[in-house]
Amino acid sequence: MLAAGAAVAVLAALPLVYLVVRAGQAGGDRVVAVLTRPRTWELAANTVLLVAAVCLGCLVLGVTTAVLVVRIRLPAPGLWWVLASLPLAIPSYITAFAWLAAWPGLNGFWPVVGVMVLACTPYVTIPVLAALRLADAGPEDVARTLGRGPVAAFATVTLPQVLPAALAGSLLVALYTLSDFGAIALLRYQALTWAVHASYTGTLDRVTAAVLALVLTAFALAMVLAERRVRRRATAGRAVVATRRADPVSLGPWATAATATGLAAVAALSLLLPPAVLASRILRAGTAPDWVDLARSAVTTLALGAVAAALVVVLAVPVGVLAARYRGRSVGVVESLAYLGHGLPGIVVGLALVFLSLGLLPALYQTAPVLVFAYAVLFLPKAVGATRAAVERVPTSVEEVSRTLGRSALGTWFAVTGRQAWPGIAAGGLLVAVTTMKELPATLMLRPIGLDTLATDLWQHTSMGAYGAAAPAALLLVLVASVPAWFLSERGRRR
Amino acid sequence: MTGDGIVLRVRGVSAGYGGRRGPLVLRDVDLDVHAGEFVSVLGVSGSGKTTLLRTVAGLHPVATGTVEMRGRDLARVAPQHRGIGLVPQEGALFGHLTVARNVGYGLRRLRGPERATRVAELLARLELDGLAGRMPHELSGGQRQRVALARALAPEPAVVLLDEPFANLDAGLRAAVRADVVATLRAAGTAAILITHDQDEAFSVSDRVAVLHEGRIVQDDEPEILYSAPATEWLARFVGAATLLRGESDGAVVDTPLGPVRHRPGRPGVVTAVVRPEQVRLGEPGVSALVVAVEFHGHARLVRLAVADGTTATARVPADAGAPRPGEATTVSVTGTVHVLRTGAGSSDRTTVGHG
Repeated sequence: MLAAGAAVAVLAALPLVYLVVRAGQAGGDRVVAVLTRPRTWELAANTVLLVAAVCLGCLVLGVTTAVLVVRIRLPAPGLWWVLASLPLAIPSYITAFAWLAAWPGLNGFWPVVGVMVLACTPYVTIPVLAALRLADAGPEDVARTLGRGPVAAFATVTLPQVLPAALAGSLLVALYTLSDFGAIALLRYQALTWAVHASYTGTLDRVTAAVLALVLTAFALAMVLAERRVRRRATAGRAVVATRRADPVSLGPWATAATATGLAAVAALSLLLPPAVLASRILRAGTAPDWVDLARSAVTTLALGAVAAALVVVLAVPVGVLAARYRGRSVGVVESLAYLGHGLPGIVVGLALVFLSLGLLPALYQTAPVLVFAYAVLFLPKAVGATRAAVERVPTSVEEVSRTLGRSALGTWFAVTGRQAWPGIAAGGLLVAVTTMKELPATLMLRPIGLDTLATDLWQHTSMGAYGAAAPAALLLVLVASVPAWFLSERGRRR
Repeated sequence: MTGDGIVLRVRGVSAGYGGRRGPLVLRDVDLDVHAGEFVSVLGVSGSGKTTLLRTVAGLHPVATGTVEMRGRDLARVAPQHRGIGLVPQEGALFGHLTVARNVGYGLRRLRGPERATRVAELLARLELDGLAGRMPHELSGGQRQRVALARALAPEPAVVLLDEPFANLDAGLRAAVRADVVATLRAAGTAAILITHDQDEAFSVSDRVAVLHEGRIVQDDEPEILYSAPATEWLARFVGAATLLRGESDGAVVDTPLGPVRHRPGRPGVVTAVVRPEQVRLGEPGVSALVVAVEFHGHARLVRLAVADGTTATARVPADAGAPRPGEATTVSVTGTVHVLRTGAGSSDRTTVGHG
C-alpha cells in the first residue's frame, strides 16, 4: 500500500521537479537575470495587486452575503443558500467571455477584478454560511446583557467566531486568482499566468517561461500553506457545542425587500448575465452553429473527462486509504505530495509537461496520454480528499470484525471497506471529470494538434473575435460545470 | 410576596415562538426576586424554563405581562441596558478572547487601569488568578463556568440569571463548582435566578424554588414547604419520592391502606395523603406487606413494598439498619403528620393511588 502510494506521490511531484531541474540547467546567471529584471517585478506586482483586490472584494461580498442569508428573515431561505453557492458553476473565463461578448474591447484590471470576485465569492460565502449556522448564540446573548446593542454584539462576538472560516476561504480565492489563466488572458491583464503563456507561445523563451512559472508556483504554494494553517487554527479548540442557534432578525417589509433585491442582483450578475449574453449571441449570429464541430469537441471533452477521472480514481485510492488509516511521517509525505497539484496552476503543469515530454519522451509530445497525465497531477487532490473522507467514515472496527471472520486485508477491502466507501469515491471521480472538462491552460499547451475540447474551442473562436461562434461551446460548458456546484450546495444545506 | 426589597417582579408574563399567533411556551407567569435572594426555577426540559430566563433578560419578546426591575417597567429597555447578568449553559465564553478579556468585556465604561483592577479582583474572588491569559478552550469545564460567572458579575448587575450552568459538569465537580458559585453570589449580595431540572440542586442552594410545569408556575415556595406541602399530586411526585394514598378523613386522621394516618386538621372528606418514604416505618405494628425490591443509595435504602390490596409504597431505612430482603414479609405503618390534598382540588392529575 505504501509502495503504491509512494509511486503515485512520485508521479504527482514529477512535473514540478522537472521544471526546477530545467530552470537549473539554464544556469544560475540566466535564472538570476530573469528574476531581477524589472519586467518580472512588474508582473509579480500586477499579480499581487490583482490577488489582493479580488480577495478583499470576495471577503466583503461573501461575508455580507452570508450574514444576510443566515441572520435576516427572508422569503424562501433555502433559495438564497443555493444561489450563494451556484456561481461556482460558471468558470471565470466564461464570465469574462460573456462580458467581452457584451462589451467588446473590455480589458484591464477592474474588469478582471469584477469577473474574479463574482466567480470566487462562493469560496468565502459557503464556509461563512456554515460557520454562522453552527455558531452558538450563547455568547451573543451574554454580550447583550453586558451592554452591547444587537449590531455591536454580533460584530464583537459572533463575527470573530466566523472570521477564520472567512480568512481560509479568501486564501482559496487568492490561490484560484493566482492560478487563473482564462479570464486574465481574455481580458488582457498582464499577470504571471498570462506572462508564462505569452513567453512560451510568443518567443518560445523556455527559461523565462520556466522561471516565471516557478515564481508563480512559489506564490501559490505559499497560499496553500497559509490556508492550511488558518484552517487548522480555525478548527482547533472550537469543539464547543452550540446550545442555541441565533434566530434570524425580522426587518420591516421595505428593508427585507431591499435585502432580497440586493442578493438577487448579485446572483443575477454572476449567474444569469453570462448565459443570457451567450444565448443572445447565438441568436444574433444568424447562421446556425457548426453542429458537427461542436459535437466533436463535446465528445472529446467528455472522453477526456472520463479517462482522466478513471485514472485519477485509480491513483487516488491507495493514497486516500493510506491517509485515512495510517499515521506516520512517510504517509504524511505521500499525502502532501499528492496534494501538490492543488497548489500548482494549470499553466505551470502544462509547461512542465511540455518540457518533460520533449526532454524525455519526444514521441509523446502533444499526445493524449500526456494531457491526461496533466489532468491527473492537477486534480488528484480532489479525488484523494474524497477517498480519504469516504474511507474514514467506515469504522475500523468493522474491518477488524471482517478479519476475525476469516477475510484477508485485501478481501476485507473489497467486501467491506470499498463497498461502503465507493459512493464517496465515485463523487470524487465525478468532480474530477467535470473539472477536467472545464480545464483550459494545460489543455491549450498539451493537446494533440487538431484535437479540440469545448474550452479550447471557445478560446480559439474568442481570440479571433468570433464571439457568436464561441457562444455554443460556452453554454455547454456552463451546463457541464453546474453538476458539482449543485452537489456542493446540496451537501452544504444538508449539513 | 410583596414588600420591600423586590429587585425583579415578573407579572402575568406569557411568551411564545413563531410570532404573535405561535404557540405559547410561558403562560401567565408571576415571579418575584428579592434583593440578594437565590431563586431556582425548577422544571423538566420543555417546561419553558429557558424561555422565562431569556424573557427576563430581554432576549425574548414578551407577548403579555410585565417585567419590572426596582419598580421600573423593562418593556422598552434593551438587554444591554437592563443590568441583568447571564450565565448560559456551557458558559458560552467568547472563544476568541482570553479569560481576562472575557471578564472585562462588559466593563467598557471603566478606564484601562480600573478595568484591569476589577478583572483581577473578580478572577481572584473566583480563584482563577493565573488563568487570565488562557484561551477558553484551554480551560476545564468548572473553570469555564467560573469565568462565565466572573464575566456576568463584572458590571455589578442587580440580578444574575444562571441557565443550567452545572448540568454538563461531572457529578463530583458539580457540587464543588455550585458551592463556589453560590458563595460568590451571596458574598456579592447579588440576587440570582437558577434554571435547573435537578430537584436536589434546586433544594440544596435556593431560598425559594418556583416549579414551572408546561409554561405555568405551579408552586413558588421555600424548599422545605415545597417538599412537605406540595400543591398538587404532580408536584408531590416531582419534588421527591412519594406514596400517594387516598382515603376518607375525619378532619384529623385519614384512613389509608397503610392504616390510619394523622394530618393537619381540616375539613372531613376524601383526601389524598402525601407520604414521604422517611415517614414509612417497617417492622412496627401495622399493616402486613411484602418487600418487592430494595435499592441501596449509600446513605439509605429505599424499600419497595406491596400491601395485600395491591397498594404499593416506598420506605426509606437507614443504610446501617438491618436490610430486609425481597420476598420477605414485614409490617408497615406511617409515622408523623402527613400533608393531604383535597381530592379534585388543585389537582389535574390522575387520583389513583400509587407512588412516584
